[in-house]
Amino acid sequence: MQGANILLEPGVFPRLLQGLWVTIWIAAVSVALSVPVGLVCGWLMTLRNPVIRFVMRVYLDFIRIMPQLALLFIAYYGIARAWNWNLDATGACVLVFILWGGAELGDLTRGALQSIPEVQHETAYMLGLSNWQAFIHVILPQAVRRLLPGSVNLATRIVKTTSLAVLLGVVEVIKVGQQIIDANRFQYPTGTLWVYGVIFLMYFIVCWPLSLVAHALEKRWAND
Amino acid sequence: MLDWSFIGRYASFFVNGAWMTLFISVFGIALAIVTGVVCAAIQTARIPVLRQLVAVYIEVSRNTPLLVQLYFLYFGLPKLGFVWSAEMCAIIGLGFLGGSYMAESMRAGLQAVPQIQRENAYMLGFNRRQTLVHVVIPQAISVSTPGLVANVIFLIKESSVVSAIALADVMYMAKDLMGITYDTYEALFMLIVTYLIILLPISILGTWLERRFDYARR
Repeated sequence: MQGANILLEPGVFPRLLQGLWVTIWIAAVSVALSVPVGLVCGWLMTLRNPVIRFVMRVYLDFIRIMPQLALLFIAYYGIARAWNWNLDATGACVLVFILWGGAELGDLTRGALQSIPEVQHETAYMLGLSNWQAFIHVILPQAVRRLLPGSVNLATRIVKTTSLAVLLGVVEVIKVGQQIIDANRFQYPTGTLWVYGVIFLMYFIVCWPLSLVAHALEKRWAND
Repeated sequence: MLDWSFIGRYASFFVNGAWMTLFISVFGIALAIVTGVVCAAIQTARIPVLRQLVAVYIEVSRNTPLLVQLYFLYFGLPKLGFVWSAEMCAIIGLGFLGGSYMAESMRAGLQAVPQIQRENAYMLGFNRRQTLVHVVIPQAISVSTPGLVANVIFLIKESSVVSAIALADVMYMAKDLMGITYDTYEALFMLIVTYLIILLPISILGTWLERRFDYARR
């Protein structure tokens, strides 16, 4: 049990929190940027143009079938070199999460838009609303309700997937944990258990409220 | 352009990696399904205490990343005296993560069977076991198949993370070969191709299964 004292060493907990902050920051930026990408993708997916449709299909299927870690490697080692980008590990992570989040959110958006019956459009036009007004006042509020629970779930998945950033060398919560473990290897041989235990809990504390929100939204809007 | 001779030279690496990915995935998914069945049964039968434990397990497993679970199992638990091989850790980790997803899909299937179906079965003289086997489970399987198929594919993809605890799966081979040969594009190309070869047939088979089992939703 005295291994737990590693957590009380000065600086250990603040450093872990700093690491967690990096994790949250990467996730937050990725989620924020995948929203516009996802909405545009979703709109493109509803178009009838066969070329756009085919391209979006290939994009979505490729992103879905590749493990996220493989996508991270492709971005970090492949794309950066091919386009001569000075893309650091954090940048590669954010890029992948935006492309992945955008594709998944795009599919959710497509589903939400297509689930709204045609008669809603027709009724709105009949009441004298313009195309734009109909979209803002009639289609969007209904689509958002169908979209939001899935999007919050997606945000939880993005937070969990940011843990892979450590494998590209980003100094986030897991890396900080490893540094702490290595620095105290002799003083606290069992520190590994406690540090990883705390990181485990940290992820849970961040992700659990998001899941609860998603679940509550699902329940509340299930019957609409 | 890609150096095609790379493929001839190193294809065997990726074949071995694919076997490792499949080995971990098959056992991990089997463990996940067993865990899922047990959890879904406990929740459906509303067994006190156990039911709350299952609820806690599901929340913990769904809201933490596999990488952290694996590090905890592989580096953390040995300090308490539980020393496991990397393969064992990977399988347990995948089972731990997947169990909750499987349980949720199965529970959704069981809940989708309306109460009146059970009542009708009892009225026709079925006992509890017969009702479960002949009425409830066939419909539940039908409803939960898409979720279960999605979970299987999700878990195979997640298994790429086991490369982080030094298991030589597809991901590990790609990383290793990039470091040894500097043939980044070739290694990444083979990485993509190997995962497509593993996952595309499973995805197609999954779609077929979904169609085969959609009788309760037609």
